Amino acid sequence: MSDKDNEAIDDAEIDRQAEVWEKIIHRPEFEALLAAKKRFIVPACLFFLVYYFALIVIVGWFPDLAKKQIGPANIAYWFALSQFFMAWIVAWVYTRAAARFDRLADDLLGEHANPDTDKK
Amino acid sequence: MTFIPLLADIVPDAPKQSPAALAMFLAFVAATLMITWWSARKSSGASAYFAAGRRITGWQNGLAVAGDYMSAASFLGIAGMIATSGYDGFMYSVGFLVAYLTVLLVVAEPLRNLGKYTMADVLAYRLKERPVRAMASLSTLLVSIFYMIAQMVGAGVLVKELLPGIGFNTAVIGVGALMIVYVVFGGMLATTWVQIIKAILLMSGSLFLSVLVMKEFGFSFAKFFESISNISVNKDGVESTVNFLTPGMKFTDPLDQISLGLALVLGTAGLPHILIRFYTVPDAKTARVSVIWAMIIIGLFYIMTTFFGFGAAALLDGDLVRSNPNMSAPLLAKVLAGDLFFAFISAVAFATILAVVAGLTISASTSFAHDFFTNVIHHGKEHRPGEEVKVARITAFVVGAASIAIAILLGPKTNVAYLVGLAFAVAASANLPVILMSVFWKRFTTAGAVWGLGVGLVASILFILIGPNVMGENAIFPLQNPGIASIPLGLLAAWLGSLASPHEHGSEAKFAEMKVRAHTGHGAEQAEPH
Repeated sequence: MSDKDNEAIDDAEIDRQAEVWEKIIHRPEFEALLAAKKRFIVPACLFFLVYYFALIVIVGWFPDLAKKQIGPANIAYWFALSQFFMAWIVAWVYTRAAARFDRLADDLLGEHANPDTDKK
Repeated sequence: MTFIPLLADIVPDAPKQSPAALAMFLAFVAATLMITWWSARKSSGASAYFAAGRRITGWQNGLAVAGDYMSAASFLGIAGMIATSGYDGFMYSVGFLVAYLTVLLVVAEPLRNLGKYTMADVLAYRLKERPVRAMASLSTLLVSIFYMIAQMVGAGVLVKELLPGIGFNTAVIGVGALMIVYVVFGGMLATTWVQIIKAILLMSGSLFLSVLVMKEFGFSFAKFFESISNISVNKDGVESTVNFLTPGMKFTDPLDQISLGLALVLGTAGLPHILIRFYTVPDAKTARVSVIWAMIIIGLFYIMTTFFGFGAAALLDGDLVRSNPNMSAPLLAKVLAGDLFFAFISAVAFATILAVVAGLTISASTSFAHDFFTNVIHHGKEHRPGEEVKVARITAFVVGAASIAIAILLGPKTNVAYLVGLAFAVAASANLPVILMSVFWKRFTTAGAVWGLGVGLVASILFILIGPNVMGENAIFPLQNPGIASIPLGLLAAWLGSLASPHEHGSEAKFAEMKVRAHTGHGAEQAEPH
């Protein structure tokens, strides 16, 4: 079976709507929102992935370092425990940044109260 | 009702039964059935049934996400793994929390902004509905069923041990019947509250257990770590002292660890039963708040596994723990605080199982009804009002009955732990790549989505089948966890599938619209009015 219903929607109509949305994504406010999000989210993801896999790498391939005792426990345990705090701190920093994204988005929607006329 | 004859057969043949444990089980069952009755009276309509009217608050959904996620495998299983394998067991605890950063940073908010009831809604936004929904629904059903079979077999074994006198089959049927009742009659609202209560019970039980362990060490962390670094182990009659904080007691291949880490960190954000929870809140902002709550709860819980996991290794008899690792948390409770606390921890474990299986059942039935029945078969239109909910209820019943049957057929001896790993691998290799590409990549096409889902699914299953979990010593694929191979394959298939197919006009034309909606929440599904 094919997607006749979906394709039946007029291509011209899709293009007309796409043009309206294209205009919105090229507004400076929207570009600023996306840029701000990207600036935060991409480095944040890289940071947590590197931090997490560093634990596995150290534990797996550098056992002598991992076994080194610091205070009551070894580096392996402290590093593992630090992952919890790392996750909470990244989450906390993100909520603060996201509050800023929310304001940018609200400004954009406020100026542009109803960008679409179609409703699903 | 289905469970009444069951109670009748529980009581007479349970002579060794601890009455306290039974009373607590029954109290939990009674409370959850009251909630189901209340939800059934309250809710009507599809958004009420599938998404609890989108009126769950941030902290409530946070607790429910945690309740959906912390399975008996993580409570009893990780406690047991730390008690027998020390540090290596704790590595699971770490991955289970860090995984939520992917959910928080990348998936939760766009998903809430773009979808209605299921993961497939996000894919169907730009792509051709029917093929992507059919594949996504298949993937959802498979992930849910793998996970559910693991939970059901585990449940049968556990209930049998926690409440001596109840057989494996009775336990499986009891758990299955209850989960069917919650989901069929109470929908998402009842399921959510079962998960919230379970999360609260689990957290209080774990906290109390941790405090009791630390009391044994005079609340001195120095003494606690000193003790778990010098645990005497009797192996083949030879007494030796083992440092349980030293890595390598269980995992020998670091590559397998990386593979598991990838599946956890990328798979959690592709688990359908976790994703659909974000449709129960009013907006993306609340979805974000709920991930934060979930991370606080899940993080605290897994940090506490330090105390009751390593504590069990230090305080319980080693042979006893090794003979049945899953029982180490309840046994620790018994040794430290007596039968009543043992009964409480047992009831908590029971609640844990029920909440997770209920979450899985509703995710499978929602996807079947919304994606497959309404959108694939009926081209997005309900033929009769209320049909979608009706189909979902019937599916929940069928899925529940089928998993009872499969669990009984497999029996208590089957090793099903790897099925949980398989669910994570499928979620990471099939679901997450296509979700990300549909949100972030303009050139993505329907063919790319179908290929990505298909290859991710097949690769995960294949590598498990030819891996050491199934083939043992003769394994063709050397790793227990397929993630490191299946995730790149899933990604590659989605990418090449898109590039190999012609530009998709609809997909690219709708990209700008989707971008605005995903990032601003414009036009997202609204909460039901009071």
